[in-house]
Formats: sequence, C-alpha cells, structure tokens
Amino acid sequence: MDLEPVTSREIRTARVGLRLSIVVLVSVVVSVLLGILVGAVGLSAGSVFAELADKVPGITVDSGLSARDSAILWELRMPRVVLAGLVGGMLAMAGAAFQGVFRNPLADPYLLGVAAGAGLGATLAIAYLPDQTQWPISPLPIAAFAGAVLGVVVTYVLGRSGARQFAASTLILAGVAVAAFLTATQTFVQQQNTDTFREVYSWILGALGTVGWREVVLILPYVILSGGTLLLYRRLLDVMGVGDEEADSVGISSAAVRLAVVAAATLGTAAAVAVSGLIGFVGIIVPHAIRLVVGSSYRLILPLSLGFGAAFLILADLIARSVLAPAEIPIGVVTAFFGAPFFLLVLARSRRFS
Amino acid sequence: MSGLRVVDIVVAYNGTPVVDRISVDVPSTSWVSLIGPNGAGKTTLLRAMAGLVPYGGQIEIDRQPIGAMSRRRLSQMVAYLPQRPILPEGASVFDYVAIGRTPYIPYWGTETPEDRAVVEKVLDRLDLREIADRQIASLSGGEAQRAVLARALAQQSAILLLDEPTSALDVGHQQQVLELIDELRLEQGLTIISALHDLTLAGQFADHLVLLDKGEVVSEGDPSEVLTEETIKQYYHASVRVTMEPDAGLSVIPIRPGRAVRRTGR
Repeated sequence: MDLEPVTSREIRTARVGLRLSIVVLVSVVVSVLLGILVGAVGLSAGSVFAELADKVPGITVDSGLSARDSAILWELRMPRVVLAGLVGGMLAMAGAAFQGVFRNPLADPYLLGVAAGAGLGATLAIAYLPDQTQWPISPLPIAAFAGAVLGVVVTYVLGRSGARQFAASTLILAGVAVAAFLTATQTFVQQQNTDTFREVYSWILGALGTVGWREVVLILPYVILSGGTLLLYRRLLDVMGVGDEEADSVGISSAAVRLAVVAAATLGTAAAVAVSGLIGFVGIIVPHAIRLVVGSSYRLILPLSLGFGAAFLILADLIARSVLAPAEIPIGVVTAFFGAPFFLLVLARSRRFS
Repeated sequence: MSGLRVVDIVVAYNGTPVVDRISVDVPSTSWVSLIGPNGAGKTTLLRAMAGLVPYGGQIEIDRQPIGAMSRRRLSQMVAYLPQRPILPEGASVFDYVAIGRTPYIPYWGTETPEDRAVVEKVLDRLDLREIADRQIASLSGGEAQRAVLARALAQQSAILLLDEPTSALDVGHQQQVLELIDELRLEQGLTIISALHDLTLAGQFADHLVLLDKGEVVSEGDPSEVLTEETIKQYYHASVRVTMEPDAGLSVIPIRPGRAVRRTGR
C-alpha cells in the first residue's frame, strides 16, 4: 500500500514514454517515405515499397523499377534523406544540450563559435584552394570541420582564462567575441575574392544538394559518438538545471559536465555543418517545440530531439527541393520560413503557456 | 550523526580574506547558527563547509578532513541550501526532489526504485505528496521552501547547511519552516548549521550562536550570552531591546528612541 504511488508513477512514466516513442517513430518513417517518394522523377509508391522490401534479407521482390529509377532511389534520394535525418537529429540534440548546459533558452549549437569558425574555414577553402574537383576528397567539409572545432576551442580557452570565477555567462560572452572576430575575418576574405561570393553564400545558407553515401559515411561516426555521449548526460543535464553551485553540492562537477557536453555537441555539430553548411533554427525550434509538449526533462528532450529533428529536416529538405523544382531553395531558408510559423503555432496551442 | 569541526580556516577572494582564521566546533545533532551583519562572511563560511570554495586550514567531519573526500562522498554527508535556490523551469516537485539522490546514483546512471522510494518518503514527511506533480516554479514561497528542504533531505546527509532558509518567507512560514527543521533534527539526528539574519529566530532555534564580523568570530556561545544589547549595538550598529520571557523565549526587538514621545504629543 505504501509503495503504490511509486508504482503508479512508474507505470504512467512508462506509458508516456511508449506513446512518445510511437509518435516519433511514425514521424521519422513517414518523413523518410515522403522524402524518397517525392521528386522530379515520379516513382510509384508500389515499386518503391517493393524495392525497400527487396533489401530485407530473405525477401526477393521484383519492383519493376528501371536501372535508372533504382539509381535515383538508392544513389540520389536515399542518401540525401538519410543525411538530412542525421544532420537534423544532430543539430536538434546539440541545441537541446547547449540550452541545458547553459540554462539559456536562446542557446543553439552555433553559440560558441561553431558557425563562424566553419564559415571561415569553408570560405578559406573555397577562395584559396585551387580546383577542388581535382582533389581525391573534397577539402571543403574538412576545412569547415576544422574551423568549427577551432572556433569552439578558442572560445573555451578565452572563456576560462577571462574570469577567475569560471561561469557559463563568461563562456557565452567569449563565444560572441570569437564569433564576431571570425565572421569579420570571413567577410574580409570574401570581399577579397568576390568571384567565389556565390559559392560561399550558398554554402552558408545550407545545402544538401550534392550529397551521396560518402557524406553519410563521413558524419555517421561523429553523430553516433556525439549523440551517444549526450544521451549519457541526459540526467546530469537535469541536475544542471539547479545551477552550478547546487549541482556541485549534490556531488557532480558542473564544470566537468559542461566541458563534456560542449565537446560532444561541438563535435557532432561541426560534422553536420561540414557536410550541409549552416542550417539555422533547427537547434532552437525542435527542442523548444518538444519542451512545450513534454516538459523540461532532458531524459525525454534529448532522444525526442534526435527523432523529431531528423523528421523536421527531411521534410524541410523535401520542401527545399520541390517547391521551385527543378531549382532548389537553400534549406536554411526553408527551416526558418516554415519553422517559425510552426513554432508559433505550437507556442500558441501549448497548454503550458495558456 | 556527524559533528563538524572548522579549524583556522581562511577564504580569500582576489587576495582579500573574507573568512579570516575562523574556528568553530559543531557537535553532532546540535543546531549552530551563524549571525552577523551583511558581509560578515556567513555565506562564505557555509560554502567552505560544503566544499564549494577553496580554503586554507582544516574542515573535518567526524575527524576526517573534507578536503580529502571526493565531491560525491562529501555530498553524502553534507547537504547545502543556498539563500536563493534556483528552481528549474518546468521541473515537477518530484523530479526536483529526486535531484537530491544524485550522490547515490552512478554518474551516467538513473534512479533506482529505492531512490524513488526515498523521494516518496521525504515528500510524505514534508506534506508535499499532493503537489508532487506540480511545477516547482509555480509553488508559493512556503511550499517552495519545503520542496527545497525535501531535496536536501533526499540527500540523506547527516549535516544540513542552511543559508537564510527563511529570508523569503512571511512570519508564519518562517516559524513553520524552522519548527519543521527542528523536528527533523530531533527525529533524524541531524546536525544543523544555519546562517540567519533574524536574531530573534536565531536565538529561539539555535543551541549555539557564532557572531561573525568582518570575517572573524567576535562572539560565540549560548544565545542569551551572545545576543546582548551592547553586542548588537557594537556589531550591527542597531538599537534593540533584548527581552527574555518564560512563555515567549528570547526576543530581539528593534527600537526607535524618541519616536514614542512625538506620537503622544499629537
């Protein structure tokens, strides 16, 4: 009798968890199917399902797709959808982690200089590396990745040494300064090389246009490492909610948690940015929409961000490539253009704010 | 049951000592309150006891120096409540109190059913069961203070460090919270070290007062020895009357000489 409420609470938690898992799974599956079905070349749903079933071990189905259509499905649409999912899930999770570790709802994965660093790296590569098509692997993602990681490392070192009492706000301010400096440098380089202006600009707005399985393989290890680490920290992110001092007083080191989470989130974000450019808004809107529905615990927010971030970006990419087909809208424009009203809708309907 | 001993500790911020060679002995299951004017070093001393600021000298719990303990081990023995605890937006009372179980949960792990049972017991004891699912940030001052206390109790540490536990409360809730802390102390054999602004409450609830001024201990002992009109005049620059009545206990009443005369003259 005495333990009854514990049990009922656990059952309730498990039930909510199950329901959310189903919703997130359905969202991901539906967005993936839409992503591979919709495109310039019409593929019939029946043949696509048959193709998919054919890949299941032990099942052999003839889909009736021509070799060309099959290549469109497997070499163009599928890698693009998978990559959009990985990038979206990663950015949303990293955004949620940053918001938790800095206790700042406006934090996003680009907060500590990732975006500015990646932007500078990419601009330098585009402007100064000769004839990139001749390289065995494209130097652009590598330069962007290196710039992103460097940006955050500089921010962290400056933020730490700047104040005796190391505080989260010092780190954020250091990030603002570093980002401003790197962006200024990037603008300068760009002005010196106006012939590459268009290329740099389209990279900055984000693009998944030219990706294949190679990019998927490139970022998958980072997403697994980063996402796995962030999930390990999900309870500690809840503890961080009581502030550094109180978190320290219950036996954890808030500085160590912050360093680990920032390192993991940065690595994943840098990998995502390296292959897709700067896709804004995902890291803020997705975790907040989830927060409005399920509350503030990172034990739910982090895994749900992975799933809904993936679904959101797959759909955003679908819109980016189909609205003005055959032309593509930069995906960063789509995430903001469709994401902002969607977010306001969630905000308005949310019972928590009414 | 644990006693705490502070020997000759010094805490300095930017080279200026805020706590200057203070020694305090807190016997097991007693209630010791730090008093003193603003900036005397009360909060800093409490934070040093919680291992939250670097210090020189020695702090011991049951003769073991806390400097040699891991943060986790220390937080199993000492719970600390700051003056203005941060109540996380969106967290339920249950989840907030469960944060107190952190010293017992593996670093990357999660609560066991035993941890949840401890939380439930604490919620019951502090009459928070009914509001366990409410958001912590939506609670009234009195309820929030009980929830914060519940989090400290969930830590199951024998020593409770309380920095101004009543500063945000009205007079009724001040009494209720302090009575509750005293009941818990007797019931569970807790050792309480508090910082209190209100001298009357400090005198009524603590067994032993330590008066700090400018980082040093200037007086300590039984409340009736420390809370004298002269001492309060000297260190707080306040005019007070100290009364001791059998049915009311010790009271420190601010007085305003001259004011009464004008009133009667009207």
